[in-house]
Amino acid sequence: MKIAVCLKQVPSRDSVLRLNRAGTWIEEVDISYEINEPDTYALEEALMLKEKHGGEVVVCSLGPARTQQAIKEALAKGADRALHFDDPAFQGLDAWATARVLAQGLAKEEPDLVVTGLQSDDFGFAQTGVILAELLGLPHSTIIMEVQVTGRALKVKRELESGWFQWIEIPLPAVLTIQSGINKPRYATLKGIMAAKNKPIQRLGAADLGLDAAALVPRQKITRVYVPAKRAQTEFFAGTPKEIATKLVDKLKNEARVL
Amino acid sequence: MSVLVFAEHQDGKLTRAAWEAVAAGQQLAREEDDAVWAVILGRDISALANQLAQAELGGVLLAESPTLAEYTPDGYAAALQQVIEERQPRWVVFSHTYQVRDFAPKLAAALNRGLISDCLGYRKEGSSLIFIRQVFQGKFTADVEFTGDPPYLVSFQAAAFRQDAVAPGQASVTAVSTNVTPETIRTKPGPRFREARQAVDLSQAEIIVAVGRGIKAPENLELVKRLAEALGAEIGASRPICDSGWLPMDRQIGSSGQTVAPKLYVALGISGAIQHQVGMKGSRTVLAINKDREAPIFEIATYGVVGDLFEVVPALVEEIKKAKSG
Ligand SMILES: Cc1cc2nc3c(=O)[nH]c(=O)nc-3n(C[C@H](O)[C@H](O)[C@H](O)COP(=O)(O)OP(=O)(O)OC[C@H]3O[C@@H](n4cnc5c(N)ncnc54)[C@H](O)[C@@H]3O)c2cc1C
Repeated sequence: MKIAVCLKQVPSRDSVLRLNRAGTWIEEVDISYEINEPDTYALEEALMLKEKHGGEVVVCSLGPARTQQAIKEALAKGADRALHFDDPAFQGLDAWATARVLAQGLAKEEPDLVVTGLQSDDFGFAQTGVILAELLGLPHSTIIMEVQVTGRALKVKRELESGWFQWIEIPLPAVLTIQSGINKPRYATLKGIMAAKNKPIQRLGAADLGLDAAALVPRQKITRVYVPAKRAQTEFFAGTPKEIATKLVDKLKNEARVL
Repeated sequence: MSVLVFAEHQDGKLTRAAWEAVAAGQQLAREEDDAVWAVILGRDISALANQLAQAELGGVLLAESPTLAEYTPDGYAAALQQVIEERQPRWVVFSHTYQVRDFAPKLAAALNRGLISDCLGYRKEGSSLIFIRQVFQGKFTADVEFTGDPPYLVSFQAAAFRQDAVAPGQASVTAVSTNVTPETIRTKPGPRFREARQAVDLSQAEIIVAVGRGIKAPENLELVKRLAEALGAEIGASRPICDSGWLPMDRQIGSSGQTVAPKLYVALGISGAIQHQVGMKGSRTVLAINKDREAPIFEIATYGVVGDLFEVVPALVEEIKKAKSG
């Protein structure tokens, strides 16, 4: 089974994010990046399927040069090779245009299965995987918590709201968006890191894919980013831990009346 | 037609999300000074269409077909594409539910149009509408605009609009025919089910101490237990804690876990992502302890401590014990 994993590099969870001066995005210097969390689960699922059913895992990522770090991590964990979509024309794409690039790159690969995270920790649009399925003409299912292979089809467990689930039968080739928690993502081993050095990373730009700027005009744009307005009147407590605790207990007892 | 609202239903009932979408659509239509319609898809659902028609609407479009009996992304996207191409609304409004996430991006791509998903609301500037949504898991807010041609597809987050804001009325129901062949539908959905091991019901708890990824390691949960004991509280958790198996799934609070409304909700090392907030924002009092001042949990906290939970919680346990014995 040939499995493509689409993953994105996003600012790491622990980085302190600041807005850029124009207030149009975050300041991208001086922060660390990591693989988007749901995508690490998608990668793990692909690696496990390969271990069980054989085949190949191809990592696909769109992003600037720094994305190589995320790609190398995926290769170190066990992916076989990578496609890196990198071009100045790919900057600031919306979900639709991103999916367009991915679809163009993946069409030639003809994977049996495409997996990706259900949404990104930065934009959080939750659209790229589903649009990709439509552009590739493939069936899809989203928010997946288990994957079983049944010949040329899959049985997938789709998460629904409030603790409900549903099994879906879906023929291959197909696209799945994976939910965090589906598995336990592995760490890269030293051996894996060494092996990754010899694994091919193919860099593809717009021209390589037969795409020009006109083909990638976004349907939406982010015009401003800002700190959200606080809705609640939070009362903050500061001091030594003991001082804070004393004040909190007073509030819990006399105001909230829960002690 | 200016606005078309997608009405979701489940187990023979219109969902809260359906009414929230109607409320959003009505408001949007007022901005445009034009009519809002609702569309509902399924089989044998005329009763639901009649219920929808109790809202102030230009009309309700009822698309019934055996191929729409069960929700599938292929079936719903195909049917809605036909309805939208025929009726040509300027706006198509959804609630950002699991179902809508599953098919709306496909529908938008099939229509060759944009979808701005998971919005908190919108703002009018001149003649254009600017949609407001969270980015970076709620740390920041972004203004987003459509750039291409209508129809514009937009989905709103749960509770962005209120069900009780729906203006009542008396609309008519129009049956529309869609051509969705069985071959269109490539996936086969099974019945909905729940895991059997839902042993704990947190919905009745008076006090909940909830723990998030800020706890760092499973052995540190001991500290959380001590606070819960001192307060006489149940323990809850954010999703990553249950995903890692540090606490069982039935302790999870949020959109994919339990919804709770205790008198006191203590959030320890929880950032307060929207999927967590929807499960606990009905709490009467929220105490948040988090080392990041920008954490979204502080947007809904009554009391806040910006600090290290490993320093604050032990002191809090001591003071609570003192207060209770005194
Ligand atoms: C479809 C879908 C459904 C979901 N359903 C749910 C759900 O039901 N429930 C849910 O909870 N999530 C759900 N999520 C996940 C959600 O989006 C968040 O990822 C999750 O809630 C984050 O958990 P957290 O706050 O524990 O972790 P993080 O976001 O990593 O936050 C950890 C927090 O701990 C703080 N911290 C770190 N160290 C300390 C310290 N020493 N002292 C004090 N504070 C500290 C940090 O500042 C940070 O704010 C869902 C996501 C999706 C996409």
